[in-house]
Amino acid sequence: MRFLAIVRFTLEEAARRRVLLAMLLCGGAFLVLYAVGFHFLVRDLAGEKGAMATLTRQFVVNMFTIAGLFAVNFLMVMSAVLLPVDTLSGEITTGVLQTVAARPVARAEIVLGKWLGHLLVVWGYLLALASGVLAIAWFTAHRAPPHVPAAFACLALEAAVLVSLSIAGGARLSTVTNGVLAFGLFGFAFLGGWVEQIGSFVNNDATRNIGTVTSLIMPTDAMWHLAAHLLQPPFLAQMRMSPFSMGPVPSAAMVVWAVLWIVAALASAVRGFRRRPL
Amino acid sequence: MTNAAIETRSLRKRYGEKLAVEDLSLTVRRGEVFGFLGPNGAGKTTSLKMLLGLVEPTGGAGTLLGAPLGDRATRAKVGFLPEHFRFPEWTSARELLRFHGRLLELPDTIARERAERLLGTVDLLDAAHRPLRGYSKGMLQRTGLALALLGEPELVFLDEPTSGLDPLGRRLVRDLIRAERDKGTTVFLNSHLLGEVEATCDRVAFVKGGRVVRERALAAEGEGVEFEAVLRASGLDADARAGLERFGRVLHDEGDEVRLSLASESALPEIARWVVERGASLRHLSADHVSLEDEFLEVMGADHRPG
Ligand SMILES: Nc1ncnc2c1ncn2[C@@H]1O[C@H](COP(=O)(O)OP(=O)(O)O)[C@@H](O)[C@H]1O
Ligand SMILES: [Mg+2]
Repeated sequence: MRFLAIVRFTLEEAARRRVLLAMLLCGGAFLVLYAVGFHFLVRDLAGEKGAMATLTRQFVVNMFTIAGLFAVNFLMVMSAVLLPVDTLSGEITTGVLQTVAARPVARAEIVLGKWLGHLLVVWGYLLALASGVLAIAWFTAHRAPPHVPAAFACLALEAAVLVSLSIAGGARLSTVTNGVLAFGLFGFAFLGGWVEQIGSFVNNDATRNIGTVTSLIMPTDAMWHLAAHLLQPPFLAQMRMSPFSMGPVPSAAMVVWAVLWIVAALASAVRGFRRRPL
Repeated sequence: MTNAAIETRSLRKRYGEKLAVEDLSLTVRRGEVFGFLGPNGAGKTTSLKMLLGLVEPTGGAGTLLGAPLGDRATRAKVGFLPEHFRFPEWTSARELLRFHGRLLELPDTIARERAERLLGTVDLLDAAHRPLRGYSKGMLQRTGLALALLGEPELVFLDEPTSGLDPLGRRLVRDLIRAERDKGTTVFLNSHLLGEVEATCDRVAFVKGGRVVRERALAAEGEGVEFEAVLRASGLDADARAGLERFGRVLHDEGDEVRLSLASESALPEIARWVVERGASLRHLSADHVSLEDEFLEVMGADHRPG
């Protein structure tokens, strides 16, 4: 199938490119630092005794695990935006796509093949780093957070949102504009998320609404918050104490919204690319 | 069902304010090597991209191998070498051919066998496993040629295939074009290198400012070729000058010099006799074969500046 040929070529390309290697080195360096930090944290906690100490220990270990995933989330965001950012725009500018598009392949297959190829790479990267964090938590503190598969699915959906955005931008914009736009939207959602968290902490409706609106425009932050919520033991999650979930928990409707958002971004990418002179 | 490989009517492409192709109407027959000639910026590449479906025409219509322009299935029967062959630098010639084999949905064994044969034809077997970023310009161009022929196309578009190639590379391209013609493939050659066109094409069209201004068959070896005669004589009166018209079209007539276009050299003795009988002193009379280059310059006119 021609679509699969594009997916495969995209995977081969990612495997040879330095961007991915650099991202992997960053991720590896982070995991080493994280393991060392976790080791010393657990050693310090072991010194404390008493009934409260067990609870504190559980809280701190869980928070530190989620903090590790928070960092992984950022690395994933970088890779999801940067890996596909110039795949369409760059290859349109240089003319690389001319020989490809002159084959009996639909423009939509080119766009979707590149999308899936990059998404698989980013998912692989996410899975490797996030599993690394959980493995470190397990081996140093013998603890694993709950709902891991569901939380990973949320992060995977967040990755898909970003890859789709980066591809859709590449079908219409220059590489630089596309990168700026993608990171800009992510930052916008990130700040919106914090405004929402703080707003709900002080019970301010207006700020809470700001958060909802930003999440509708760009659902990345909502997906992260949903994942962070799922990863806390129920009693911690209900206390709303953790820095990762002070605010309202994004609803299941938000997941559906993220899926629709991806479909819309892909439709826009296909439409933009179909009419591009190559 | 038309028997033409390419047929277009008033194809037009506008980029914003810029009219890249004004009115492209032409017919290319199956099995011929067609030269599309014109200066830089004449709209050759844009025309070709419209035929290939890479660029959507602003107006007009056409068919490729009997199917409307942009038809996807037809592209399996079409090969293409872009003007500036660009490529993913990380891949090797062999991998690139494999990838395109998959895009053509060729069975694996056939794709592999064809790729190796073509790599041999374009003399790239030694380098086929190395990344393209280390290739010379000529090697890249040869990779592009192999890619263009991978689908064993019925119609091949070559956009300036020899620009930037050394004489050996040019020879290779020329041989490939001839081999394709012998197989019955239609070749559409964009070029401003006239010697190359003269050596390979059956028919040519001259494009200027996005329209075809002349279209003609290239004669095989000596038949129907035009000559240009140069005559210098003193004492040529108006009568004598007017009388020259019957030998051929007067291209230039000023002072002592007259230039004429002739169908053949055999008219020269008669011209000499005519001039001498009119009492003029003939000082010089010669005839030269008009090359495609002369014709090109004539067609493009004096208003054309180097592009
Ligand atoms: N993508 C484009 N956007 C704007 N103008 C273009 C574009 N492509 C070509 N042109 C213009 O159209 C004209 C014809 O270009 P082209 O088809 O490349 O000519 P040729 O191949 O004969 O040199 C040129 O003036 C060129 O600048
Ligand atoms: Mg050109």
